Amino acid sequence: MRIYMDNGATTKVDERVVKTMIPYFEKEYGNASSLHDFGKAARKAVEDSRKLIAAKIGAVPEELIFTSGGTESDNMALIGAAAANKKKGNHVISTNFEHPAIMNTLKYLKTLGFEVTYLKVDAEGLISLEELRDSITEKTILVSIMHANNEAGTIQPIKEIGKITKDRGVLFHTDAVQSFTKIPINVNKFNIDLMSLSAHKIHGPKGVGALFIRKGIDINPLMFGGKHEFRHRPGTENVPGIVGFAKAVEISNESDVKRMTKIRDYMISEILKIPNSLLNGSRIKRNCNNINVAFKGIEGESILELLNEKGIAVSTGSACASKNLEPSHVLKALKLPDLYIQGAIRLTISRYTTMKEAEYVLKTLKSIVKRLTEMSPYG
Amino acid sequence: MDEYTKKVVNLFKNPKNMGEIENPDGVGVVGNPVCGDVMKITIKVKDDKITDIKFKTMGCVAAIATSSMITQMVKGKKINEALRISNKDVAKELGGLPKIKMHCSNLASDALKEAVKDYEKKKK
Repeated sequence: MRIYMDNGATTKVDERVVKTMIPYFEKEYGNASSLHDFGKAARKAVEDSRKLIAAKIGAVPEELIFTSGGTESDNMALIGAAAANKKKGNHVISTNFEHPAIMNTLKYLKTLGFEVTYLKVDAEGLISLEELRDSITEKTILVSIMHANNEAGTIQPIKEIGKITKDRGVLFHTDAVQSFTKIPINVNKFNIDLMSLSAHKIHGPKGVGALFIRKGIDINPLMFGGKHEFRHRPGTENVPGIVGFAKAVEISNESDVKRMTKIRDYMISEILKIPNSLLNGSRIKRNCNNINVAFKGIEGESILELLNEKGIAVSTGSACASKNLEPSHVLKALKLPDLYIQGAIRLTISRYTTMKEAEYVLKTLKSIVKRLTEMSPYG
Repeated sequence: MDEYTKKVVNLFKNPKNMGEIENPDGVGVVGNPVCGDVMKITIKVKDDKITDIKFKTMGCVAAIATSSMITQMVKGKKINEALRISNKDVAKELGGLPKIKMHCSNLASDALKEAVKDYEKKKK
């Protein structure tokens, strides 16, 4: 048996997505910038895809730029907006809870002379709106706060954040890579100016994503070349990838979200029956696919390895599994008790996850935790 | 990250001498739970020989495999022989460890040394 519960890392490409993509490798392989019929067919596919994805977030097609994925979108949003607005100010606000694509881009912005304020999250993994309000100064040009956290699954109050940034005339970027198609987002209702999206987290292909850039907002490009993507992002469009991305969005639906939520809640309540276990991140303000739990006195890498032996794929933010032997910044930000911080694992489910799989994972996890606890001096 | 050797993974899955000796002659604990690895070794000593040794470890694959390995290496050995075994020797016996794990998860011989120290202190 092979069970994949690492959908926060990446997802299986849906068969319908693959089927939609194949003709754009084999038959309609034209360059979308070409003027002949091959090119026109590719262009139509790209623009239809743009329309579909833009509609999903309440944007107009011209506001959506295709990129190579979430990381590029995050980089373009932060570096592009900072560079274009540096005359207005040099202050950026974010959190200590972001994806590395944001964290490390902010570090880079610091080397360029920008100042960054990192809002702290509480034990539930949520920011304080008051702290955000207090942190905005005359020099603030941009606020970047992710929607759903990739590790802990917590959902930030982006609607309220958007209200504040709009009132104060500051740009608002959100990384919605994990939440897209799982939590409804409307860029106008939420006053979002820039938003990063990715295809491979939603059963689309790897290597394609998008950045929403609100009309009228000026951001600098990261790369220089042709006039593609409304001059924001040069390079021949990844037509099959874009078409696959749109198909993935098209087939996403509410009933999948409901089913995932049910399985998630069941798994969380069952795991919390294990002695000395706790849930990382808010139980309520939580992405429908995320289960992040920690166990006392045992270590995440060991749990991962024993689950892997049983065919179950999960991930861990614990130190032993990381390259710098430090627990992830997300776990640190949640201030887990010392004896728990090394014992965190993340299970992320998908539309394909069945209750039967969940039962098998729970049974296996329980016996593994018991075994490692018996092995531990803290057991 | 480097991969673990088969020997490491096998020993992690089927560790030897796991547990805690009742009324031990020596106890050694090393490590730090925040860093992720804590090893506790308990020993029984008779006529300067380690007649029994058990471990309890909180830690990753490498930490558990090295804990098991040191107990296997020193069981039945004279104390002075056992003390000569270094963390490096343990790693070598396992067919090597990923570089990054050499320092933080390879504490087994340190734990043994602590247990012997404790034994000698009690003896006095």
